[in-house]
Amino acid sequence: MANLVRQLGQRSLNFVREAGGMIIFLLEGLGLALVPPFRPRRLLQEIYQIGVKSTLIVMLTGAFTGMVMALQGFYTLKQYGSEGALGSAVALSLIREMGPVLTGIMVSARAGSAVTAEIGIMRITEQLDAMDTMAVNPIQYVVMPKLLAGVIAVPFLTAIFDVVGILGGYLVGVILLGVSSGSYFSSMVRSVVPLDVYGGIVKSLVFGLTIILVACYKGYYTQHGAEGVSKATNQTVVLSAVLILAWDYVLTSFFM
Amino acid sequence: MIKIVNLTKSFAGHKVLDGINLEMPTGQITVVIGKSGVGKSVLLKHIIGLLKPDSGQIFVDGQDMSLLKGRQLRQFKRRFGVLFQGGALFDSLNVFENIAFPLREKTRLTEAEIAKRVRERLVQMSLTSEVETKFPDELSGGMKKRVALARAMIQEPEIMFYDEPVTGLDPPMTNTVFHLITKTHQESGYTALMVSHDLPEVFSVAHQVAMLHKGRIIAAGTSEEIQNHPDPMVQSFIRGEVDFLEG
Repeated sequence: MANLVRQLGQRSLNFVREAGGMIIFLLEGLGLALVPPFRPRRLLQEIYQIGVKSTLIVMLTGAFTGMVMALQGFYTLKQYGSEGALGSAVALSLIREMGPVLTGIMVSARAGSAVTAEIGIMRITEQLDAMDTMAVNPIQYVVMPKLLAGVIAVPFLTAIFDVVGILGGYLVGVILLGVSSGSYFSSMVRSVVPLDVYGGIVKSLVFGLTIILVACYKGYYTQHGAEGVSKATNQTVVLSAVLILAWDYVLTSFFM
Repeated sequence: MIKIVNLTKSFAGHKVLDGINLEMPTGQITVVIGKSGVGKSVLLKHIIGLLKPDSGQIFVDGQDMSLLKGRQLRQFKRRFGVLFQGGALFDSLNVFENIAFPLREKTRLTEAEIAKRVRERLVQMSLTSEVETKFPDELSGGMKKRVALARAMIQEPEIMFYDEPVTGLDPPMTNTVFHLITKTHQESGYTALMVSHDLPEVFSVAHQVAMLHKGRIIAAGTSEEIQNHPDPMVQSFIRGEVDFLEG
């Protein structure tokens, strides 16, 4: 029993230490964005790596999500004779929930894991130490542009996911299942309000920052060689996904 | 002059450095020898500011390193260069960009001037211009070390730190790297600290040798003095005796 309590206490302490460490890391990273030297080229490189290179996978996920939602929604709405509301159902689900959450999870799987592996390898091969000895702050040079890129890129990727998802829903609902094109879009226009869009944007901003923060933090504090990099990469994907879902609940309850 | 006073460091209750006292004279190459895992790199990392000691002080030209923070620390770091064990070249940059990195980040030199300096260093390291566009994963171990040395020296440091500079290299490349270290030292006259277990080659480059064993400096002197040192531990290590290495 005493052993159980000790283990629980140790895990709680580790959790608090890790959460505190991550918050300090975040504040340092964002704080350094305000301190020269400014490196816009590094930011553009990271937006390309995190954002542009994730576009295809986000579009694919968005298209299939919209298509399957239209398929499921059509047969459910048909039972109540409300197929005309299909556009509204697809758009609201995508903009409020599916877009930000699935984009976040896809970015975490593609870019988050890559960020952790990149920084982790830099750590174990002493590249971060080398930078430090050249009086170049590794957090400012390596981490900060990635954090900003995450905050900038994920909302755009979410918007792309939403648009492609709506088009995917159109393909299945209107072209394959025969819903009227006018009612698909008019129901969407009637039901989606600015708050839905704002909510989606806020969620995507928070998710973008969370994913890249976790990825950078896990990479930066990687230990124990190649095995450590593998472990850190794995932790990034799992922790990011859990945090995205937890944040989603918190933010949804805030916007409801 | 770099002076280490009573430096101690423990990791997870295990004392790695146990009251190190050592002086490294200006303009000379000091080599710290000792078997693998004895804490040589840990000692070096304290001096270059990557690790904080549990107790003790490090003075560089009379300045206590532990008191340096922010801009002062950055200014100090610009006075030294480090050659890391694996080279620590940036994977995402090619050879030219790696060597130019400190100049681009820390000086206001024009690209033309940077290119001139980078090429001068490549020539000094006996590297051809063809390697400029290669990435670190396309280089041999010896080339990596020479590129890393060129990068470490590009800002003409007053103090150089070498962490196991020839580990993993074949004998001809080991001799090449030691020759380059000697040559650059003769040309620049910098103060250097090298940690290495490569005997007897290090005796040819060292002005002063210190031996680290069980967290303490057990012998210090010129190469000749160390080679003739009466301490059986020192002699055993120099001869590479198995019982000592495993002890």
